[in-house]
Amino acid sequence: MLQLATRDGSPAPAAGLDHSPLAIRGLTVSYGEKPAVFSVDMTVQPGAMTAIIGPNGAGKSTLLKAALGIIRPLSGQVTVLGRSLDAQRARIAYVPQRASVDWDFPTHVMDVVLMGLNRELGLLGRVRAWHKARAMDCLRRVGMQDFADRQIGQLSGGQQQRVFLARALAQDAELYLLDEPFAGVDAATEKAIISVLKALKDAGKTVVAVHHDLSTVADYFDNVFLINTRKVAEGPVSEVFTAGNLQAAYGGRLATAQVDQLSALPA
Amino acid sequence: MSGAEFVPLSLTPLLIGICAAVACALPGNFLVLRRQALIGDAISHVVLPGIVVAFLLTGVISAWPMMLGAAGAAVIAVILIEAVRRLGRIEPGAAMGVVFTAMFAFGVLLLEQTDTSSVHLDVEHALYGNLESLIWLDATGWASLMDPEALRGLPSELPRMALTLLAVCLFTWLFWRPLKISTFDEGFAGTVGIATAPLGLALVIVAAVAAVAAFDAVGSIIVIAMFICPPAAARMMTNRLERQVAWSVVFAVAAAVSGYVLAGYGPLWLGGADAISAAGMIATMSGVILAVTARFGPCRTRTGAPVQG
Repeated sequence: MLQLATRDGSPAPAAGLDHSPLAIRGLTVSYGEKPAVFSVDMTVQPGAMTAIIGPNGAGKSTLLKAALGIIRPLSGQVTVLGRSLDAQRARIAYVPQRASVDWDFPTHVMDVVLMGLNRELGLLGRVRAWHKARAMDCLRRVGMQDFADRQIGQLSGGQQQRVFLARALAQDAELYLLDEPFAGVDAATEKAIISVLKALKDAGKTVVAVHHDLSTVADYFDNVFLINTRKVAEGPVSEVFTAGNLQAAYGGRLATAQVDQLSALPA
Repeated sequence: MSGAEFVPLSLTPLLIGICAAVACALPGNFLVLRRQALIGDAISHVVLPGIVVAFLLTGVISAWPMMLGAAGAAVIAVILIEAVRRLGRIEPGAAMGVVFTAMFAFGVLLLEQTDTSSVHLDVEHALYGNLESLIWLDATGWASLMDPEALRGLPSELPRMALTLLAVCLFTWLFWRPLKISTFDEGFAGTVGIATAPLGLALVIVAAVAAVAAFDAVGSIIVIAMFICPPAAARMMTNRLERQVAWSVVFAVAAAVSGYVLAGYGPLWLGGADAISAAGMIATMSGVILAVTARFGPCRTRTGAPVQG
């Protein structure tokens, strides 16, 4: 615990509170008596890709949902692009966990992507040709343009994930928050998703993803945020993604094989 | 059947049955997809003690006190369900089951123990309603529809149920897109500017209003059946929400009409003497429709597993 305390006090990251796409201060979230996330600070760097990693039940998804206002925290502040979350909701796009919805819902792919345009359409606005053209363009970016009329239950897991990503692209945001975008998808989908995310980064957008595959962290992301209810460490992959920090976050739960695999990392 | 017989005796019960069926089926589509179908069932049960208490307080059977009593009971039920769920830390379905059966039983007990024999308020009425008795005695034929004098004698349930249906339609039309998005993916809905919690509450309130209005006219059996059967049957006809809702309306109307006709004439055709409960028959027909679509509907397989085509 001593080690955690000192890491919490690590020097402030480059971007200050005012400019960070997502800054969280003192966030505590609890479902029952035990907090799922405890007093977490997070400062996301703009125009970069950040992975949130940690063991199962460490509060990764909870952190994301609290940052989006889906879950009400016990305490803490969330600032998005220098202003309050409520003022900036339109500038955030969200990709929930694929398993969080019922894919038997009676709708088709194009309709799901159009959901991302809800703000523009408003309550009674009709879906026009240009809305559909934009949705189609988002589908093309994830390689799903041939599936626009398909019932969503007929898609494979990877295809469903790409449709969710297309829906987030339709939101046309500054900050993209993704919850386990690579969970249970095929290799082709993983490749497609990462190239879309890197394109977003190249366009100056900020990407934050809950990630579970430690072996791809260094390839895919610029920064990592290690969490196990409390923040363990935060910073560039090269500095923070170390065997020591991983042990601190995962404790005994990190399989020896995984540690071996990661032994190339700086200690 | 001639207009002189049909208009006074069958037109109004039929119209009331159709309005009640459609008013419940529309919100039912969303409740079923949200796995909240039990709420319709719960509401139709919990309003009974509210209606009885309203009657005991006012001493008359009239629409507004009963509506208020029903609404009060619904609010108490929602609070109780939340309390049981949180304090007992059990799943919402179980909490609902405990609360609505207890409240319905309390309502039955109140009915039994108090003197309601002078008025048409009893357990049978609560279950089956009194659809057959909602006749229009002032009518003499189709021409009466244009006669203001005769129209004044319409049973008050008809305009009330029609107005409820109109309100339900308006709500569904106005909030179509938010309802659809938040039913599919509630977490995401919040990020595209939809106030999911108030909308979910509004849906339950609209369902409650439909349930209370329908309960008054046709009893709780129809309410329970219409919240679930037409939407569930419609889901097996199509994979598009728009078409599902349209199908659910078709099925609700079909169940109301066929149920009413079969209840009135079915026993006679079979050689019996008396008609049977229209509300019971309408609910039965909605079940038959559900069974048929479950067997022959084009979209009855869960598509969670990949399907060819």
